[in-house]
Amino acid sequence: MLQIFQDLGGELAQLFLSVLGAFPFILGYLALILLSMVIWNFIRAQMGRVRDYRSLKTVTFGDESAVVSDKAASVISIVLIFVIWGAFTGSGWLPGPLHAPGPFVGQDKFTYTIEGPDGTQADATVFVSVYRQGEEPAPLEFDAGTGPVKNDSVEVQAYRSKLISWDANDEVTRKDGAKVVAVDGRAIDVTTDVDVGFGRVALTDKGTLNFEPGQGWQMESIWLPAPDSVWRRLVSVSADGYQNVTLAEHLSYSLFRVIVGFALGALVGIPLGYAMGLSNWFRGWFDPIVEFMRPVPPLALIPLVIIWAGIGEQGKIILLFLAALWIMAIGARSGVSGVKITKVHAAYSLGASKWQILRHVIIPNSLPEIFTAARVAMGVCWGTVVAAELVAAEKGVGKMIVAASKFQDTDIVLMGIILIGIIGFGIDMLMRWAERILVPWKGKG
Amino acid sequence: MTGLVIDKLSMRFDLPGGGAVQALQDVSLDLKQGELLSVLGPSGCGKTTLLNIVAGFLAQTEGEVRLNGKPVHGPDAQRGMVFQQGALFEWMSVRENVSFGPDMKGTPKAASRKTVDHLLDVVGLRDFKDKMVYELSGGMQQRVALARCLANDPDVILMDEPLGALDALTREKMQSLVLKLWKETGKTIILITHSVEEALLLGERLVVMAPRPGRIHKEYRLPFADLGVGADLREVKKHPDYAPTREEILNMIWNMEEEIMGRSEESV
Repeated sequence: MLQIFQDLGGELAQLFLSVLGAFPFILGYLALILLSMVIWNFIRAQMGRVRDYRSLKTVTFGDESAVVSDKAASVISIVLIFVIWGAFTGSGWLPGPLHAPGPFVGQDKFTYTIEGPDGTQADATVFVSVYRQGEEPAPLEFDAGTGPVKNDSVEVQAYRSKLISWDANDEVTRKDGAKVVAVDGRAIDVTTDVDVGFGRVALTDKGTLNFEPGQGWQMESIWLPAPDSVWRRLVSVSADGYQNVTLAEHLSYSLFRVIVGFALGALVGIPLGYAMGLSNWFRGWFDPIVEFMRPVPPLALIPLVIIWAGIGEQGKIILLFLAALWIMAIGARSGVSGVKITKVHAAYSLGASKWQILRHVIIPNSLPEIFTAARVAMGVCWGTVVAAELVAAEKGVGKMIVAASKFQDTDIVLMGIILIGIIGFGIDMLMRWAERILVPWKGKG
Repeated sequence: MTGLVIDKLSMRFDLPGGGAVQALQDVSLDLKQGELLSVLGPSGCGKTTLLNIVAGFLAQTEGEVRLNGKPVHGPDAQRGMVFQQGALFEWMSVRENVSFGPDMKGTPKAASRKTVDHLLDVVGLRDFKDKMVYELSGGMQQRVALARCLANDPDVILMDEPLGALDALTREKMQSLVLKLWKETGKTIILITHSVEEALLLGERLVVMAPRPGRIHKEYRLPFADLGVGADLREVKKHPDYAPTREEILNMIWNMEEEIMGRSEESV
């Protein structure tokens, strides 16, 4: 038990340290936003004041109705995300001066000093050529020199490093007891690296040199691809697909599962909710089941569903059905419970039968609640389908990103995440729109 | 045998923690066709319970309610209800709300349309027929509720504080409307209210109920409702009997409330 606390304490300390490490970046981001706010407020002041009713309120701090989302702030927020993204990935969409310092690419050289077994020292030069991933290194002009220690050359890809066997072409070698004692005139040993301006040189245990070109501030595309390369991937994957499956197919499979699972959940859940709202016996019968199943996250059911139904469509649809079912049942139940008794009484004394009351009073009255539940259920289903596809699927957006991650196609992973976000947002917008059209009386009772 | 007879009505129910409540005891009233009765009383005197039993939403434990000679069981279209507010169907337009009763009976729209239009004219909603009810003000919504009830042509109209949620001016206008509708349609009306003035102005007959157990304390026959039809209600209030009756009833209810408070303080 004590061990657990120690471990968790260690994790907490680690977490705290990484947060501290991120602090300068967060502060920089805040400063940028603050700067944008000041600039925008200045521009707006120049454009002249709007004298609407809200502008005349003197108490705005604490007045919820006086706080509206500033459109300019939203635009700046989105643009800034792309600018930062582009700046730290060297995006072609962003003019060069806005880029963060990139990795060193090109040719340069550094000198090293060796000390022979007899204590004599001699210098030689290493000619370095650093090239981008996927590009051919430019031919290196290299002069072996004439001294006892010959010059060396090394070609290394940006973000990688390379060992330099400096003695391969020399008369005096490591075997003879020669060793490197300085680089660019500065002392070097196994524990002390030397910064040569365009990279770092380290001495290995075996006495060779290890050169690592300077990485700058930009992210390697395997960590974070540039926005334009994500876009290019989107274009190419929509046209040619990824691993023989087109993007449309991936998306259709995911959406198909969500829609079918949700529809089945609603089809069973809504009548179940109505029954629970209208009958003591049904309420008593299902309350324990519903109240127990509701807090179980659908993701926790994935292993069981895979065991029972396999990784085919059936399993995923059962999972989404279960994800939607309880939400819809609870929504319908509270929709029925929310009917004002005066409406029901009024309908009875106007001569309506039970069936007519269900049809003309209870159902329309519960629709707003059902729509709210449907929005929640669709959101949960969308999240669940992606997670289920991450675990086991042959097609689907989740499958696409997990497959891409195995091949380190980070641009596809990122593209998938963005698409998932956009589609989830689109589904919610669509539901809200349908709600406005279909239940305009929501909240007006 | 036309009219509404409330015959020795009692209602008593058990409480979950033991004990029982006598909500009504031996309440008897005899209403002829076309009479307007207002019911007053302090909170907890059982006036809403009485109305709910007459409407058929609650069952009495003793006694009987007879409409036109037949005992009533459960709600039906013969006894219409007008509630304080929130009883309209906000998913329907004004016209659909008013034609709800005929629609449920299966009357063809074409046949009920004339009645519905006429009633909406009478209550002054000629230009609001196709609006949704949530677009109307509180007073207009109560006009819709009155029209909806009348469209069903019930024998008795039961009103549970129909004007309770309205502001003073709207309330006065609506009181005139209730009187006008009462005279024009000749319906039997039972009106429950908290307002002594409203009970006086609208009640051709007025009963004051007393609590614990709910029972009829005193009954009045008043001239004000007849005087108020088509007249300015503020003029009616100048009638020499008006102020003394109002004071008498106010005192009566005041004393009942005092008694309740006193009793509950003792029991603390």
